[in-house]
Amino acid sequence: MRNTLIVARRELGGYFATPVAVVFIVIFLALQGALTFNLGNFFARDQADLMPFFNFVPWVFLLLVPAITMRLWAEERRLGTIELLLTLPIAQWQAVVGKFLAAWAFCAIALALTFPFVITVNYLGSPDNGVIAAGYLGALLVAGAFLSVGAALSAATKNQVIAFVLAVSVCFVFAVASYPVVTDFLSRNAPELAEVARRLSVAERFQSFTRGVIALRDLIFFASFIGFWLFLNTVIVEHRKAD
Amino acid sequence: MAADTSTTASGGAAAPLIEIQGLTKRFAGFTAVDNVSFNVARGEVLGFLGPNGAGKSTTMRMLAGFMTPTAGTARICGHDVQTDSLAARRSMGFLPEGAPTYPEMTVLAFLRFTARIRGYSGSEMDDRVGHAIGLTTLGGVRLQPIETLSKGFKRRVGLAQALLHDPPVLVLDEPTDGLDPNQKHEVRTLIARMAPEKAIVISTHILEEVEAVCTRAIIIARGRVVADATPAELAGRDPAGGLDAVFRAITAQPARAA
Repeated sequence: MRNTLIVARRELGGYFATPVAVVFIVIFLALQGALTFNLGNFFARDQADLMPFFNFVPWVFLLLVPAITMRLWAEERRLGTIELLLTLPIAQWQAVVGKFLAAWAFCAIALALTFPFVITVNYLGSPDNGVIAAGYLGALLVAGAFLSVGAALSAATKNQVIAFVLAVSVCFVFAVASYPVVTDFLSRNAPELAEVARRLSVAERFQSFTRGVIALRDLIFFASFIGFWLFLNTVIVEHRKAD
Repeated sequence: MAADTSTTASGGAAAPLIEIQGLTKRFAGFTAVDNVSFNVARGEVLGFLGPNGAGKSTTMRMLAGFMTPTAGTARICGHDVQTDSLAARRSMGFLPEGAPTYPEMTVLAFLRFTARIRGYSGSEMDDRVGHAIGLTTLGGVRLQPIETLSKGFKRRVGLAQALLHDPPVLVLDEPTDGLDPNQKHEVRTLIARMAPEKAIVISTHILEEVEAVCTRAIIIARGRVVADATPAELAGRDPAGGLDAVFRAITAQPARAA
């Protein structure tokens, strides 16, 4: 655990030592703001909640999270520091989890900086802040799920563009798994898979958080989803580290 | 947790700190390292020589636990690099090829990071980092981001990281590459000073370096050990041309035979 946190701390420092942090946070806030107020009709709805805000979070993360993860392992390979990191006396899973935690903490910081939305909605009306808190928890879990996918795919290829495109594609599949376009297709051709797809849908799980429902089965889903991809990440690093 | 300089798991003080037996690494289509065996005892400085692509870096990567051998075993202070990898890595300092470091970090932050990973904290960490900075004369640039440093300084940051925990085994892949003659001399002096306490393996292209600091030289070509002797013995094989001529004669032979 100690080693994991040392790696995470170094990684997180790395984000803020480069323009990555500023660019990511500014673009994230600008996108969320524009989408919430324009497409989301935040004011015209005349309701004191953050539904329009949360509705766009998975889609903005779908685009931005792979931009963080694409460099996670590819950069270590390019610099050769992977050889340094993995010959220090730490287990590989500690490096994997440390990198993931740093990226997750970074997303948490970006999410926390959306606090003006919370202030605005509280100023204009009296929203249920419990529902808003549940929505933020859900958003953080969606970020974690996408990060774990992107990190594993970043370990699988040296090429950052490939890592980005693969991560967006795979995350997209998990985001839309519950949408009619997927479920209708599956129920016609493979009805037994339609239910599986719905259960694996990150977006559908997130929906219940935005309604203020924190269900144990959803928490278990996200924990096992992230755990599975981190395990895969460790296996990929083990097999491909010296390639 | 901290590196233990007295680790001698198998045998007494006389047991070699580095033991390599039948180490082999095959990639798709070719054998990079072919059945390499040698031991390095405390007090020895082994010069690892060979043409580019001979398998020097691959052998060192297997020693450091970065690459998995196809066959054979390697032990550091009695710890098998595959089955007891963490203990083996704790007993060694490794300078990877090209001395990779995190460019955005300052020298001090980078060395503190490796010190923490090596289990140090508080004032002991500061002492270790300060000592390593002193040994590699990095004091003047300790607060500079590594990416702003010259090649020679970057190399010394890599070296400082490898020395920090005063490990009994040092594996240094081209430690003097990119250094100017003064810096080369400093690094050689440093290696010579540490030599009595440690088992050191350095790879190099510079033959005069072998004569200057190494007590023993292994020449590797096409993944095989083709010579293992003291630098003086090797140079004696061709009194007129010296080590240079011997190196060329030995490493060119397999190419002609093939």
